[in-house]
Amino acid sequence: MPKTKGILGRKVGMTRVYDEHGRSIPVTVIEAGPCKILQKKTTAKEGYDAIQVGFLEKKASRLNKPEAGHAKRSGGTGFYHIREFRISDPEAYELGQEITVSEILKIGDTVDISGKSKGHGFQGVMKRHGFAGGKASHGSGFHRAPGSIGCSAWPARVVKGKKLPGHMGDELVTQKNYKIIDIRDEDNVVLVKGPVPGAKNGLLSIYTKA
Amino acid sequence: MNILDKIDYEQMRFDIPEFRAGDTVKVHIRIVEGNKERVQVFQGVVLKRKRGKMNATFTVRKISHGVGVEKTFALHSPRLEKIEVMTLGRVRRSRLYYLRERRGKAARIRERGII
Repeated sequence: MPKTKGILGRKVGMTRVYDEHGRSIPVTVIEAGPCKILQKKTTAKEGYDAIQVGFLEKKASRLNKPEAGHAKRSGGTGFYHIREFRISDPEAYELGQEITVSEILKIGDTVDISGKSKGHGFQGVMKRHGFAGGKASHGSGFHRAPGSIGCSAWPARVVKGKKLPGHMGDELVTQKNYKIIDIRDEDNVVLVKGPVPGAKNGLLSIYTKA
Repeated sequence: MNILDKIDYEQMRFDIPEFRAGDTVKVHIRIVEGNKERVQVFQGVVLKRKRGKMNATFTVRKISHGVGVEKTFALHSPRLEKIEVMTLGRVRRSRLYYLRERRGKAARIRERGII
């Protein structure tokens, strides 16, 4: 986990905007924050410095008792998504304080964004690892199979980390150096250049560059 | 209105005339060369229109020095000075790809009335 501050967001979708030269820029629209600080973690108590933040408010009737108890200290509202940001100075923040996009990001900054990638299920090596595969026709009996996966008598096993078929996607992906194109404070929205990991409505963590 | 639509509507141009595939249009394009700006005109038949909000595009085809030239424009691009509709064409499909195989008289399009 990057040791920088950040904000949580929800992927809304993609569109395009034009810059001052009339060039089209593909952008992802992210609804980011406001995030409420639920807990401060310190080296003395928890062994590391961090702030815990909540994003997307949850109705009180939907909270279970442990959630409600945890939320009580920061003002009583529970959240759908709770994540931590490892920062060196958690004492600079207060419980219940709200973090908004415009406070921590500004236009022109670069940020790193993490999200859970779209699940693709169990996939073969061509889709999962980009193997070339064989010919489709002309008598070729070799189509999409992985081919040889190792030698014989030595080492007499498959090497660890060999690329094989398996579950693809639905894992945490971090992409670096997104440029912030626009921030719309009134909607709590940030526009970043290019596509971000995951499906629409997926949770994203936006990390600032320290 | 959701945020995505709101961002699109703010940028969309509502000064663009109505036209469809088969119409002949004059597209005035702003071209920046160094620090000078000039307007180039591209006149031809609208081959297709791609729907969408900010992502809407249209393709114009013309024959230039005996060579077919097609240009696809973003409908809401600020680089388009204006679009003039010259003639309205009566066609029976929305994508006129068949025009690519035709030349001269065979590539004519019947008129749909006057503007």
